[in-house]
Amino acid sequence: MIAEARPGPWRPYCAIVSARFRMLLQYRSAAIAGLFTQAFFGLTLIMIYEAFYRSAAVSARPMAFAQIVSYVWLAQALLAMLPNVDADVRAMVRSGAIAYELCRPVDLYSLWYARAVAHRTAPTMLRAAPMAVFAAIGLPLLGLGEWRLAPPASLAAGAGFAVALVCALALACAISVLINISLLWTVSGDGIVMLVATAVSLLSGLVVPLPLLPDWAQPILRWLPFAALADLPFRIYSGHIAVGSVAVVLGRQLAWTAALVALGRWLIGRGMRRMVVQGG
Amino acid sequence: MTRDALRLYVHYVRVSIRSQLQYRAAFVMTSIGAFLITASEFIAVWALFDRFGQVRGWTLPEISLFYGMISITWALCDAIARGFETFGAMVKAGDFDRILLRPRSTVLQLLGQELTLRRVGRLLQGILVLGYAATAGTIDWTVWRVLLLLASIACGMCAFLGIVVLQATSAFWTVESLEVWNAFTYGGVTMSQYPLAIYRSWFRGLFTYVIPLGCVNYFPGVAILGSAEPLGTPVFVGWIAPLAGPVFLILCLQIWRIGVRHYRSTGS
Amino acid sequence: MPQIVVEGLVKTFQVAERTPGLWGAVRGLARRRYRTVRALDGVSFSIERGELVGYIGPNGAGKSTTVKALSGILVPDAGRCEVAGRVPWTQRIAHVAEIGVVFGQRTQLWWDLPVVESFELLRDIYRVPQARYARARDTMIERLDLAALLDVPVRQLSLGQRMRCDLAAALLHAPAILFLDEPTIGLDAVSKLAVRDFIKQLNRDEGVTVILTTHDMDDIEALCTRVMVIASGKILSDGPLAELRARVTRERWLTVDLVDAAAAIEEADATVIRRDGHRVCLAFDPQVVAPAELIRRLTSHHAIRDLFVENPPIETIVARLYAAHGAPDGAGAL
Repeated sequence: MIAEARPGPWRPYCAIVSARFRMLLQYRSAAIAGLFTQAFFGLTLIMIYEAFYRSAAVSARPMAFAQIVSYVWLAQALLAMLPNVDADVRAMVRSGAIAYELCRPVDLYSLWYARAVAHRTAPTMLRAAPMAVFAAIGLPLLGLGEWRLAPPASLAAGAGFAVALVCALALACAISVLINISLLWTVSGDGIVMLVATAVSLLSGLVVPLPLLPDWAQPILRWLPFAALADLPFRIYSGHIAVGSVAVVLGRQLAWTAALVALGRWLIGRGMRRMVVQGG
Repeated sequence: MTRDALRLYVHYVRVSIRSQLQYRAAFVMTSIGAFLITASEFIAVWALFDRFGQVRGWTLPEISLFYGMISITWALCDAIARGFETFGAMVKAGDFDRILLRPRSTVLQLLGQELTLRRVGRLLQGILVLGYAATAGTIDWTVWRVLLLLASIACGMCAFLGIVVLQATSAFWTVESLEVWNAFTYGGVTMSQYPLAIYRSWFRGLFTYVIPLGCVNYFPGVAILGSAEPLGTPVFVGWIAPLAGPVFLILCLQIWRIGVRHYRSTGS
Repeated sequence: MPQIVVEGLVKTFQVAERTPGLWGAVRGLARRRYRTVRALDGVSFSIERGELVGYIGPNGAGKSTTVKALSGILVPDAGRCEVAGRVPWTQRIAHVAEIGVVFGQRTQLWWDLPVVESFELLRDIYRVPQARYARARDTMIERLDLAALLDVPVRQLSLGQRMRCDLAAALLHAPAILFLDEPTIGLDAVSKLAVRDFIKQLNRDEGVTVILTTHDMDDIEALCTRVMVIASGKILSDGPLAELRARVTRERWLTVDLVDAAAAIEEADATVIRRDGHRVCLAFDPQVVAPAELIRRLTSHHAIRDLFVENPPIETIVARLYAAHGAPDGAGAL
């Protein structure tokens, strides 16, 4: 009798990411279209910031213009990292099919977390690379080199950025799963989700670079976890956050992630019980 | 003929409103959500003025005029254009055939598909911002200026509708890259919130001569403000530029007809 | 002068090919491959006013392509077509005002609206004068028993109810020609009969020309005097149902209920094609052995409780027709 090798514990999670990849690769014209749209937005925003900067005294600028430019391009490239509701989960909760999810032989929190990772990594890798190439190399070729995405401020800054990005991903997924868990309480979820998504995107710096928001708001922004999603990694990249402070940033990201994961795991247990009691 | 078409459109609208009000709670929630999202966009603009005070000599009340106008224009167009916006899904599902089986213009049927009420969120935000611009003291209101404002919004709706019609037309060839048109609708809204003058010449040219969003927002806006246009454009341009909107729409509808013809030769 | 004339319709499609797997998807980024499908390969027929014609064929044979061309949605590559004196695809609006189309799997009614409101919208779309609309609507309500359904939103209707409403909706503007695509698919037995009766009455009393595309052979047997069979874009057969049967096979089937279920049946000139407990089914050629003769032989050898003679079901006929022409007989045909 031949002993069958059991598939590793990572199998189902890897399968999810791979399937997502394949789906996105099918749509090459969609990829190019998306790139164009984001490049357009990026250029528009850069021109707007440039106009503000042109009329402002150097002392009034919280960040150098080149740092704003890299901020804008990184935001465009990494837009998919934003926490959001998982449309499939929402549909499942609405239709009641969530009951099947609860019966699966995998840890539900981990499954949803893996899905969140898949929904972020696959589109990000497919979007970020072309976007970065366009912003770093394509723009100078088009004669718009002044708006190009400059390389990281230093090797250390680049390394710090990479690590901070991974931590930002972990945090974003923790927040996403929390949003999904909230659906177990509010079935339609539309209003709450929109509210949260809006707040998160504003407070993470993806709408306007956080240093440009009013000075009185800066301490609040620093205290909240959302800056760690985009603003902090971007400013590590451009050197606005000194390399020495990177450890503090990472520490904050990981602390928040751990707290939100713990909260999520606790809530999902209660949410599941609630669903079971209600009969789905 | 047009009165009969108008009657049918009104019937469509009545039906659409009733249909949406069946889901009143969801409608209220999403409208509020839309209002908050657009409000946060304005917060970003406000924050920039709070820090820098002005952009190339333009102040917040002046920007608010451009911002409010384009917000209202896009909210209204977005409300009537849903049939075209979701046309990609319609073609994919094969539902366009049913439209062709009815003895009416395809455009009329698609316009009548839905009057999306939840756009009132963005509309309200636009009105509030415009209200701020109107009462901040920078505008010397006359009857003519009010008429120009209304005409610009109407012509602006034509311009945006033209873009959305082009988006729907492209669905006849490829259902997957429709996102590119967001650059001109949502991107166009973002761009129009600021005076055209702050952008590079090639950018300005694109939005004046190709996709005339500048003609329906910036130039009339300047005329309403009564300011001198930084690039030296004479004032009368602001009064006739909005006409570019309907002209653009007519051109886009011709392209739509070509698309329908293509669809009917190649099948789904 | 026939109401519908079709001559030499030709239509080809380009279908994109997708390679499976992750590597195939990456390759698909660079190059797309296409293959040509000949959906219509010289289709010709004519239909007189008031006929009730069945149009059958395997999946992908060209049925829906023909209907699309006839209804003016699709422009063929070559060939001539005239419906009520008009070319469907060049005079779309005038043409579709005179036809009705019902798709079995898709409703044309508005999902969230009560049925009667869909009717009213259609009245305005088709520009039907109020008086004429009221009369048509009331007739449909009576004939299709819709009174209880009028205020129900379409999304709450059962499949059978929806089909009845769709039929009514397609006829509010009194079209001269009605295209039905799988009208009885998914319906329960009662609804099927109701729909068939309605179509038969419509055709008989109102003289509405009906073209029925279906996979359900019972529909064909119940309704159609004339059947067109299409496969791989070509018309294989066009004529009365009896002629189709005769063309394909003279075979007839004799089914008997034996007293002794275990009895061995051996008859010259007849083949046992099915045995199910007491019931035995034999196929035979009436020109080789007359039905009466075969019955006499059988009853002299065995004790018989019951018997009947019938034609082979249409499915068998059609499957043999497809097979004879090398067309894929495919599970989808039946």
